[in-house]
Amino acid sequence: MVKYTLKRFGLMLLTLFIITTVTFFLVRMLPGTPLANEEKLPAEIREQILQQYGLKDPLYIQYFKFMGHLVQGDLGMSLSQNGRSVNELLSDRIGPSAIIGFQGILIGIVIGLLLGIAAALKRGTWVDSLASATAVFGVSIPNFVLAGLLSYWIGVKFGWLPPALWGGYEYTILPSLSLSVYVIAQVSRYIRTEMVEVLDQDYIRTAKAKGLAWRKIITGHALRNAMIPAVTVLGPLTVNILTGSLVVENIFGVPGIGNLFVESIMVNDYTTVLGTTIFYSILFLGVTFIVDVLYGVIDPRIRISGAKE
Amino acid sequence: MNSTKKLQKSWFEPLAPSEKNSEVLAPQTGYWKDAWRRFKANKGALIGLVLIILLLLIAFIGPLLNGFDYSTQNLSISNQEHLSGHFLGTDSLGRDLWQRVWYGAKVSLLIAFIAAFLDVVIGVTFGGISGYFGGRVDSVMQRILEIMYSIPNIVVIILLMMYLEPGILPIAVALAFTGWVPMARVVRAQILKLKTQEYVLAARTMGASHFRILFKHLIPNVVGPIIIAVTFSIPSAIFFEAFLSFIGLGLRSPAASLGILVNDGYRTLQLFPYQLFWPALVLCIIMLSFNLIGDGLRDALDPKMKK
Repeated sequence: MVKYTLKRFGLMLLTLFIITTVTFFLVRMLPGTPLANEEKLPAEIREQILQQYGLKDPLYIQYFKFMGHLVQGDLGMSLSQNGRSVNELLSDRIGPSAIIGFQGILIGIVIGLLLGIAAALKRGTWVDSLASATAVFGVSIPNFVLAGLLSYWIGVKFGWLPPALWGGYEYTILPSLSLSVYVIAQVSRYIRTEMVEVLDQDYIRTAKAKGLAWRKIITGHALRNAMIPAVTVLGPLTVNILTGSLVVENIFGVPGIGNLFVESIMVNDYTTVLGTTIFYSILFLGVTFIVDVLYGVIDPRIRISGAKE
Repeated sequence: MNSTKKLQKSWFEPLAPSEKNSEVLAPQTGYWKDAWRRFKANKGALIGLVLIILLLLIAFIGPLLNGFDYSTQNLSISNQEHLSGHFLGTDSLGRDLWQRVWYGAKVSLLIAFIAAFLDVVIGVTFGGISGYFGGRVDSVMQRILEIMYSIPNIVVIILLMMYLEPGILPIAVALAFTGWVPMARVVRAQILKLKTQEYVLAARTMGASHFRILFKHLIPNVVGPIIIAVTFSIPSAIFFEAFLSFIGLGLRSPAASLGILVNDGYRTLQLFPYQLFWPALVLCIIMLSFNLIGDGLRDALDPKMKK
């Protein structure tokens, strides 16, 4: 188990290193410069600015400097926001993203779980059909369409909730809902499949034969075993929430990291694009790593054999 | 024990010639016929198939029904929802929305098909080689796959698009850049299972080359899972294409894709919601149909995977 964990951790660091390196050179070779109105600047001032941001050094020196800072957790200065570091920008923006992300996942998992369990228990009834319809629609309706519809109908037409912008708690509801639909779809489908399989197992029949209450069989025996494989969907779900947040934050005007990423692409802010990419990669790799390890912890069969599949 | 039945003479009499082949056999079905039977039984999948065929028909025939084209601007008739001849009205530059929606649908589908094709070429080759040769080759290729798999694909696609000129082919290439990974995983897993089969050994004994064994003997047996993976990679390509256009990194106006149309629709959402509604509807129908077909195919082609 320890060896397995270490191996995964090493692979994670390697991946992060590759992503960082490739992104660094990709971003630096982009056409255009981060300086607005470049032509209008006198040559000396231009030189001075480039010097100040270390953009005059040869590329490989820039790379080593960047990596040196990165190891210490420093992502450098933003090129578009005067005098602010990328770390500052990220920590300013992480709050809103985290709130809608967590709420989205939470709503999605709770509703998805209930729907999936209900569908498995009432196989072949209208509940089951409802669940599979939800699952197909949930993965088929792009989040930017859904976010727009919610914003327009609930926000503008009915005026129940603010259609955009960021203020009190009520501003978080529509973005979170837009993010949660895909999660509902995936979780319900996965839990249904696993529950159906688990319910056919011998130990469920044994529990029933022993006269255990049906409720106890479901919560204590079936659900616990069905949840184990379901842990693996957490990885893909995080990616989806991440992708979704890029769109949803833009549509609703949430001042989060997704918004920051798209903004800094538009103005060629190299360091911020790079910093955000690294942030996203760490988040994603971290979740994947935790899920893998967690999977080993909760399923003894994997703890012993040391690998998934 | 006296239950031994008496043997009767009549049992041993030969059958009349006409009765000779009277054994009742189920009609023989091949893999594909069997799959089609299972696919037909799946209501959702059939609905998806019919929807996508209808949609394709309209996308090709529909534009002939009114005499406009997708790019001609006419500011004197901008933002008209009901205008004779313009079935879906006009957009903010007076372009015919009916033409733009179907043109955009065709562009989106074209990008998705090119991306899916590239996925198959790269994914099958990579997964096939990795699974077939095994050993050190496989473990190096597996590490590459794992790394590719753990990079958030949307970030990679966005970075690539900042680099590439927006166009149909560059977008497809950017989508395929991360899209081939699931395909390679599927193919590798299948090849690993199949390569120990006797027919592979037989082919090798007869001196067939590795290349021939892999592409003539093994890959044809993996077609089912490949088709399933393709069906799911098409909606995901359509989604990412629309997403790229939506954040301004995809195709540019006056070209149209469903993503551009949805994006244009957002600008005028408060006043003219119909301009968002139609392209969004077509986009959802395409995504829905492919997902339904994919589910149906998965159950039909690979009954073992159905739980």
